[in-house]
Order: sequence, then C-alpha cells, then structure tokens
Amino acid sequence: MDFLNALVAFLNFVVVPATAYGSQLALGALGVTLIYGILRFSNFAHGDTMAFGTMATILFTWAFQSIGISLGPLPTALLALPFGILVTGALLVGTDRLVYKFYRQQKAVPVIFVIASLGVMFVTNALVRFIIGPDDQRFADGERFIISAREFRNLTGLDEGLALRTTQGLTVVTAVIVVALLFWFLNRTRTGKSMRAFSDNEDLALLSGINPERVVMVTWLIVAALATVAGTLYGLDKSFKPFTYFQLLLPIFAAAIVGGLGSPLGAIAGGFVIAFSEVTITYAFKKVLEYLLPEALEPDGLVQLLSTDYKFAVSFAILIIVLLFKPTGLFKGKSV
Amino acid sequence: MTVNLRNLGLFGIVALLIVATGVIQSWNVALTILNYGLISAVMALGVNMQWGYAGLFNVGIMGFAALGGLAVVLVSMPPVGEAWSAGGLRVVLALFWGLIVLAGSILLYQRMAPGRMRTLALIVVLLAGFFSYRALFDPAVAAIEAVNPAGTGYLGGLGLPVLLAWPIGGALAGAAAWVVGKAALGLRSDYLAIATLGIAEIVIAVMKNEDWLSRGVKNVVSIPRPVPYEIDLQNDPDFVARMTSWGYDPVVASSIVVKLAYAGLFAAVLLALLWLLEMALRSPWGRMMRAIRDNETAAEAMGKDVKKRHLQIFVMGSAICGVAGAMLVTMESQLIPSSYQPLRFTFLIWVMVIVGGSGNNWGAILGGFLIWFLWIQVEPMGQQLMALITAGMEDGSALKEHLIESAAHMRLLTMGIVLLLVLRFSPRGLIPEK
Repeated sequence: MDFLNALVAFLNFVVVPATAYGSQLALGALGVTLIYGILRFSNFAHGDTMAFGTMATILFTWAFQSIGISLGPLPTALLALPFGILVTGALLVGTDRLVYKFYRQQKAVPVIFVIASLGVMFVTNALVRFIIGPDDQRFADGERFIISAREFRNLTGLDEGLALRTTQGLTVVTAVIVVALLFWFLNRTRTGKSMRAFSDNEDLALLSGINPERVVMVTWLIVAALATVAGTLYGLDKSFKPFTYFQLLLPIFAAAIVGGLGSPLGAIAGGFVIAFSEVTITYAFKKVLEYLLPEALEPDGLVQLLSTDYKFAVSFAILIIVLLFKPTGLFKGKSV
Repeated sequence: MTVNLRNLGLFGIVALLIVATGVIQSWNVALTILNYGLISAVMALGVNMQWGYAGLFNVGIMGFAALGGLAVVLVSMPPVGEAWSAGGLRVVLALFWGLIVLAGSILLYQRMAPGRMRTLALIVVLLAGFFSYRALFDPAVAAIEAVNPAGTGYLGGLGLPVLLAWPIGGALAGAAAWVVGKAALGLRSDYLAIATLGIAEIVIAVMKNEDWLSRGVKNVVSIPRPVPYEIDLQNDPDFVARMTSWGYDPVVASSIVVKLAYAGLFAAVLLALLWLLEMALRSPWGRMMRAIRDNETAAEAMGKDVKKRHLQIFVMGSAICGVAGAMLVTMESQLIPSSYQPLRFTFLIWVMVIVGGSGNNWGAILGGFLIWFLWIQVEPMGQQLMALITAGMEDGSALKEHLIESAAHMRLLTMGIVLLLVLRFSPRGLIPEK
C-alpha cells in the first residue's frame, strides 16, 4: 500500500506535470529547430512569437465566449486555435518579407540573422504588451479536471490522490496529434520532402529546382502553427503572461540544442529531457520517501536536490554538459 | 588621428540632448542619465571588443555585469563576524570539497578508457560527491543564514575600499568568461550565444538563491561609497556657505556634487579603457584580431592560434563588462539580484553596439549614451505622444485609457525598430569602423 502511495505521489507531482510541460517545450523546440534547419539561424524571437500566437488565440476565445460559443467540457481556446494560427502565420510571413528576406538575398552570415531576430523579439514583445497588456490573463474554461485528487482517492482507497487536469491531458493529446501531422508532412508530402532536402543540402536542393522562397514561407507557416499551439497549451495549463513567454525561450533553446539543432526528433526528446530534469531536480521528495522508508530512516529535510528557483539554471546546466560531451546534441544536429 | 567633424557633431547632439534634459527637467535627472550613460558606454566597449574586433556573439553580458556587482559586496561590505564563526569556514570547506569532486571526476574522465565502465564510475563519483557536498554545505548555510536574517544572514565582505571592487569585479567576470569560453568557443556562433545566455541565467539564479553569499532577494543595501554622502555635505558649514554664496540651494547642490563626483570617476575609467583599446586596435595585435575576424581560415593558415585569441578577447571583453557592473552597483550602493533582466542588461547593450557602430570604440561609446538617453526618455515622450493622440477622445473611454497605459511599452518598440532599421540601412552603425 505504501509503495502504491509513493508511486501515486510521484506520478502526481513529477510525472504528470513534467509530461505536460515536456510536450509544451517539445512543440516550442520543434519551431526553433525547423527555423534553424531551414533558415539556418537561432530565432531569439520564438518565445515572443509564442506569446503573440497565444494572445491572438485568447482574443478569439474571448470573442467566442462573448457570443456564447463553447466546446462544453473542452476549453473554447481549441476552437480559437486555428484563427490564432492564421494571424500568427500572417505576422511571421510579414516579418520575413520585411526583415529576413533582405539578409537572405545578401547572403548575410547567420549571426546577422540572430541580431535581426533580437530586433524582431523587441518589436513582437512590445506589440503583445500594447494589445493585451503585461498582466496575467486567464482564458481556460470548460471542465477543470479529468479526474480530481478526491475522486481518485475515493475510487482507489489510497491516501494519495492523483489529479489529472483537463489541460494536462489535452496538452499531451494535442502534442501527439501535432507531432504526427508534422512528421507525416515532412516525410510524405512533396513540400515536406523539399523542405528536408533544402535543410540537408541547400545547393543540391536549388539545383533540383526547389523554390527556396516557397520552402521558407511554408516553414514560417508551420512554425506559426507550432508556436501558437505550444503557447496556447502552456497558457491553458498555467496562465498567460507575456514576460513568462519571453523567459520560456531559455528552456526551449536548451531543449532544441540538447536534442540537436535541426533534428525534429531531437527537439521532442530534448523537450522531455529538460522538463523531466527540471521537475525531478527541483521536486522535494520527502513525501515519496516517507511512504517508502521505515520510520527510523525518514528524512528530516525536504530531500530537494535544488531549490525551485533553480529551474532555468537546471536546463542550462544540462545544456552545457551536453555541449561539452556531445557538441551537436543527442541526435547529431547541425553545426554549419 | 584626424578630427572627424561628423562624429564630433554626433557626440555634440548627444551632449545637447543631455543638457536640454538638464534645462527642461532638472540637472539631477540629466546627471543621472549621464552617469548611467557612462556605465553603459563602458559595457558597450566590452561588447564591441568581442563583437567588433573578433566577431564573437556574447549574449551573457547580464551575467558578467552581475558578477561585477557581486564583487562590490564581497570586497567592500564589512564582514559579519558572527556568521563567519557560525559557519563561514565550513562553507569554504564545502566549496573546496565540491571543487575536489569536480576535479576528480574530470581526471577520471580523462584517465579511464571510454566505455560503459567510465560512464558508470563518473556517475557514481558525481552522485556521491554531490550528496557529500550537500551534507557539508547545507548545515553551514543554515547556520550562517540564521544569524540575524533581517539584517545580515550572510557572510558579508572583506571591508576593503569600494574602488578596489572595480578591478576585482573585472577579474571575477573574466574568470567566469574563461570557463564559458573553454566550453563554448569553437562552436558555431549561435551555440556560443545560447551558452552565454544560459551561463548568465545560472549566475543570476545563484545570486538570487545563495543567501549566505549575496543575501539573495533580500538585497544588500548601503554599500560604502567612494564619494561623500549628501547629508554630510549638507551638514558641512563650509559647503553650505560656499553654495549659498554662489546662489545655489545647498540641498540640491549636494546631490549634484555627489553625482558629478561619480561622473568624474566613471569618466576616468571610460577614458583609460578607451585609450588602452585604441592602442590595442592600432597595434599588430589589433590587426591580427581583425584579420581573424574577417577570414578565420586564412589567419589560421598564417599560423595564428584562432581559438586562443578568441578566448583571450572573450575574457577581456567580459572583464570590462564586469568592471561596468561593479561601477553600477557602487553608484546605486545596493545589490538587487532580481533587477538583472536580460532585456536591460544584455539586449539593450547590443542595441547600443549595433547602433553606435561595431568595430569602432567611439561608436560604441556614442551608442551607449544615445541609447541610454532614449531608453529613459522614450517613456515620457511616449506619454506625451499618447496624450496628444488621445486629446480629442472622450475622458474615461476604454480606448483612451488603454492607449495611455500602453505608452510604457513604447520603449521596447522603439528599441526594436531602431535596431532593425540601423541593421538594415546602416549595418556599420553611426560611426563606422575605419
């Protein structure tokens, strides 16, 4: 019984939140990785793109709520998501035309693109704050829990409850669908194949008649979809605040690099590696150990490896360790 | 050196902007802008050295500046004797033990043959090392933090003159840069960028959480000053008599005198650095650096050790950022770890370097002053603009309130647009490299 209690506590406080967070990071990192693979630079504006996409989705959600449309037990935001993606896609394709296209034609070195993306980051950040303000926004509605801690306790008779929030379940399901769609697109469709060819060898792809501007545009549209979905899921799960999204840039980069920049599979693996290490290293294991150990051995402290404020530091420590041993990440990413 | 009228004119415009602030708003505000501008210029010099001379993309400026700030506390605050006797030596011992574990695992990694055994041994050593380190470290920290937590709860510093903290802050930042550089230089520039961004976050996380070292989010206040206190000046009959005879209010005059004293100190640092950097740029060393930046392969073929030079310049540039960070904390006379935000301490400095002119020290300095001025003044300007736009609107309308509230975000928008426009239309900046 105690063992089961320990297991449930571990699932409830570590596995479930880390899985949801990992899916959000993986979707974010997929966007970063796609831009790196095809446009060949690290996009510092990605966190703010996520914020922008989420903001657009929130505005549509509010509009739907005000005219009485809802999805019943599911959050209305799901219905607003496609519209949010469209707006974000327009923004990204627009920035590409206005900013990045020029440097592409100039054949500028990657680091110039990175600096330009800093500028785009500032502007997107300001746009979001202009439109929706810097404060916390909640937009989750529908059923709160798939199963609540109390229901679980009544059902199983255990001391520990396992709560599964709708948003957590939804995050994982949506992430799986989005990733499946993305891989289907990259592996099976003509455009997807030309994107991969372009990412592998630009010159060869150009020789075989692939239109680079089209590849770039499709990439931005896919990135817009990934960023909006990731941002909206994160916002539903926690809450929406522009500054938090700017900070998300750090673990997202860490995830993309740990997996290997340019490798979609790596981005997903990286997202989960970062999420699980952040949560396990900063979780206080006292409760779990109390169930497992005999009373005499029970720990006095919280049995926390690092305090919760070290979350970002953890993702970067992992990043640096990986860079030391595997300079191009777990899945052998690009290093041009 | 030929005097370039255009560049002189640009500096003149910035000087005029600051003087105009003094006339229109107050001299206190103008001098505050000047002092922060001087510090920003020093930071921009450091970044310009890395980016403009060598093409290294460092996005961890915040971390190096914060280390400089930490040095001010470690050098100039009086030591807390009680905390030291409670657990000071034990903390030092624990840190030393941590270093031994790290060194041991590196040695192990180098000595053993690659394979599963090595990985296993490494994990065992690291895990055992971590837990033994925490067993030594945690009680010592608890003992230190228990000593008068409201007032101290940390070890304090060495009680030395605060000016000594400036070079030490530089050294601390330089040492950190050496570690970062060893790990991340030689990777592609993007990787260096992200690695430095990460290190900066780790530095800030440590400063926010290790209360025994920096009091964490409780902040260290009333750090000793290198210049007189306003209140002492106001109580000094000589000073009051002189200011009154010159026709100034002694209270206002005292704060202006203090600010001028800081400005003098900062200007001295800035000029000394500028002189050194200009000399370096003109020397064979500077030519070599630019040769490496422009064509790494060719420079390598000529027998230059590119990696070593990169590390060298990365350490020097970061040390300059550390000095600037120490100057900043000295002027504010408090260390607030939570105030270190990448937007303000990393990305803003980048805007300064790009706008001013990368590769040119004068450009970096100009950028430092100009962008800092805009950073401070765009908000009031935005508010006035919004007031003008909304003047015709009905009072209390939602749109009017929203627009007026949004004026605060003009800052980020302006910085972004300025950066993008300069990068696009004048990529070499206002004062281009010669």
